[in-house]
Amino acid sequence: MQHRYIPMTDEDRQAMLKTIGVSSSDELFADIPEPVRFTGELNIKPAKSEFELKKEMAGLAEQNSHTQSHTSFLGAGVYEHYIPSIVDHVISRSEFYTAYTPYQPEISQGELQAIFEFQTMICEMTGMEVANSSMYDGGTALAEAVNLSAGQTKKKKVIVSKAIHPESLDVIYTYAKGFNLDIVEIDHQNGLTDLDQLKAELDDDTASVVMQYPNFFGQVEPLEDVQSLVSEQQKTMMIVSSNPLALGYLTPPGEFGADIVVGDAQVFGIPTQFGGPHCGYFATTKKLMRKVPGRLVGQTSDDEGRRGFVLTLQAREQHIRRDKATSNICSNQALNALASSVAMSALGKQGVREMAELNMKKARYAKKAFENAGFDTLYDGPFFNEFIVKLNKPVHELNEALLEEGFIGGYDLGRDDQQYDHHMLVAVTEVRSKEEIDQFVSKVGELNG
Amino acid sequence: MANEQDFPVIFELSKEGRKGYHLPGLDVDDVNLDEEFQKQYIRQEDPDLPEVSELQIMRHYTALSKRNHGVDSGFYPLGSCTMKYNPKMNEDVARLPGLSSIHPYQPESSVQGAMALMYDLQTSLSHITGMDYVTLQSAAGAQGEWTGLMMIRAFHEANGDYQRTKVIVPDSAHGTNPASATVAGFEAVTVKSNDQGLVDLDDLKRVVDEHTAALMLTNPNTLGLFEKDIIEMAEIVHGAGGRLYYDGANLNAIMGYTRPVDMGFDVVHLNLHKTFTGPHGGGGPGSGPVGVTNELAPFLPKPLIAKADNDQYFFDYDRPHSIGRIKPYYGNFGINVRAYTYIRSMGPDGLKQVSESAVLNANYMMRRLSEEFELPYDQHCKHEFVLSGKNQKKMGVRTLDMAKRLLDFGYHPPTIYFPLNVEEALMVEPTETEAKETLDEFVDAMNQISKEAHEDPETVQEAPHTTVVDRMDETTAARKPILRYYRD
Repeated sequence: MQHRYIPMTDEDRQAMLKTIGVSSSDELFADIPEPVRFTGELNIKPAKSEFELKKEMAGLAEQNSHTQSHTSFLGAGVYEHYIPSIVDHVISRSEFYTAYTPYQPEISQGELQAIFEFQTMICEMTGMEVANSSMYDGGTALAEAVNLSAGQTKKKKVIVSKAIHPESLDVIYTYAKGFNLDIVEIDHQNGLTDLDQLKAELDDDTASVVMQYPNFFGQVEPLEDVQSLVSEQQKTMMIVSSNPLALGYLTPPGEFGADIVVGDAQVFGIPTQFGGPHCGYFATTKKLMRKVPGRLVGQTSDDEGRRGFVLTLQAREQHIRRDKATSNICSNQALNALASSVAMSALGKQGVREMAELNMKKARYAKKAFENAGFDTLYDGPFFNEFIVKLNKPVHELNEALLEEGFIGGYDLGRDDQQYDHHMLVAVTEVRSKEEIDQFVSKVGELNG
Repeated sequence: MANEQDFPVIFELSKEGRKGYHLPGLDVDDVNLDEEFQKQYIRQEDPDLPEVSELQIMRHYTALSKRNHGVDSGFYPLGSCTMKYNPKMNEDVARLPGLSSIHPYQPESSVQGAMALMYDLQTSLSHITGMDYVTLQSAAGAQGEWTGLMMIRAFHEANGDYQRTKVIVPDSAHGTNPASATVAGFEAVTVKSNDQGLVDLDDLKRVVDEHTAALMLTNPNTLGLFEKDIIEMAEIVHGAGGRLYYDGANLNAIMGYTRPVDMGFDVVHLNLHKTFTGPHGGGGPGSGPVGVTNELAPFLPKPLIAKADNDQYFFDYDRPHSIGRIKPYYGNFGINVRAYTYIRSMGPDGLKQVSESAVLNANYMMRRLSEEFELPYDQHCKHEFVLSGKNQKKMGVRTLDMAKRLLDFGYHPPTIYFPLNVEEALMVEPTETEAKETLDEFVDAMNQISKEAHEDPETVQEAPHTTVVDRMDETTAARKPILRYYRD
């Protein structure tokens, strides 16, 4: 059968075989030794027509509850936000999405410049001097930052706050195994990292301290205090994972002397899509510029003096350094970095602050509404757009019931830590209306019994 | 500072007070946030993002897109990258709200459609590779390599084989192979190629010993040649207790003809953004699922998608021997949706046709181009082949120059100077989605360039002549890096 993605006709095939000098294409596969040939038919479903397959896929999609069918208060690292329509229109330009990594600068100026602009925007958001072209996601970016700190300081001990995203903590452990790092966890109290414990653990062998700002519970960690502890050790680095939207309101980690700032730009223009692809970012200081994992775009000019952009400092990367490379990253999340750039361009200087403040104000309204309805909430410290509500029953039970009522409930904190059984992490972003919040609080109240 | 002739960066379009957004209003009680925070935590200086209107943004990025070459713009025979057509239907499917607007922490009961899709994709990839289990978690090929090697490491350690610290990598391998080995805590050891461009069996015997954890292999290899001694290689490595790792970068050549399991491989990663049409996106996102045989299955990363007796899908976290979590959530789901849609569009016959046509296209081009260009390994290739620009170099025209000259013809050039074991290498991969006419036109262009190299070398040496910018000063870019925009 002639498939619409394969233009070769029988006539083409005959002409090509003739040029090659073989009688059938099987001869081209003759170097596959007989014993390893596969002679059966692949056991996958038969091809479906475009129309029928689209219908089937739409059916699969409809089985899922999503943010257009349900009102969501779920966050915990992945958020529903306002995505300007232009974002998808830009990333749907096939000159962008059907291109490879921009290795030929003369015909890749579009992608290169878009990345250069992304790097600039990430520097602006985080208060750092250098940012790369993107990482897979916030979790692996953090793990790479940890590995970099160990390589740079030649120390093996890394202190990690337990108030970071639990999955990021898991990923740090997996990545650290390759370099035999020693991960030390610091507990949290009242929703914040225990700085006394941090102080006690910090020593001359510490490569880095890892914090999340705002942390997994939505609380804003006192980075200034953390930095003053970290700076007592000469070499120890401060690594901060940040939701970049929060930095529209909060002082960026760069101003507190962070050595590396990472996180996920999903909040800017990228749909939740079941957890990926999102867009990790990686920002650091000029001092560490030549140690950054992944691709960097730099400005230069052509022989006519015209400004242009190229991939640069490639001596850091796997394709040059091979087994001496400190990271193996090759593909990144370029198209999503473009999406985030478009969203950040749309929001602009004023919009990021306005959006951050809307999140904060609506979250405060929701927290108060829960309290007024008789719920206990945690914690009392300054927070961004998430807080904890204490329930009378397991969160997953309540969430199943909420689905029936048209809501996607908050995150079940009990899945990571037993002390948080019956505790729901509620996220409120700018897209939630007062009416939706009121209805949610009232429905949770009803179902909570 | 920008010159007049410079194409503006978006920051240069900015004007104070302009807006490109319209956020939902504040419909709850206003509060004074600043009262809640100590002053040092309140941002004093706003991030210097551009202030531009919606149309300005659209024009800016549309203009940028015109300064970029994609598969839809023209032929893109970039070897080892499998730049095939990216079906538009896949894009539409991935944007269905039920797939794009779901959250990884929703109750499993509310995402059964998505989980069914993932389960079926895992199963399809198992059958295509012959592996017993597949995880979809790895974000890209390099992460897949590292994941696979971490599993091999865990496997050896579970057997008490802590001395297996070395991973063997052919000299023709992609740079991620040795880098992944290092990042997984191994020492990378190189095995040489022989004069046929294949792994030298004697050298393999020399480097394999009781310290061998694994051999990483791409088959067909980066020269586009099938490692026909694969059975002996598997025996050598397995005989010494090592495992075989299949780098699936070149799977496009063999679907339905042979499977990694048939060749003796124990672990496989696939690049769904290559063989299975997840678009390359200008560098990503990709997706790099990893398949393993039963003996390595206990070490798969957490969670794994499983199907319960009641036909409900669930995330299986109860995996005590797992290497752990390699990435937050469940992988690059959006790319996996596209790959799944592609596989279902092709079916088993279609996928075999893909490989047949990819190999036929490559051999046809190779034969035609070998009239003018040196073909260092003169035998049938698989989905790609490597030429040498030696003949043209004698005229003072380097492969780089020819690549740049191709830009004037509207083509993206082949991969150049890789693999490292061919002088002035040009690595060409046409893929199955290109028509014979396109291949013929490209061959004509290449022949003309070769002719120019002999008769008018300057035209080639000074190329490109038609692009929006000329060759860039990469040396200055690296010596005095400017990695972000600064306002004057």
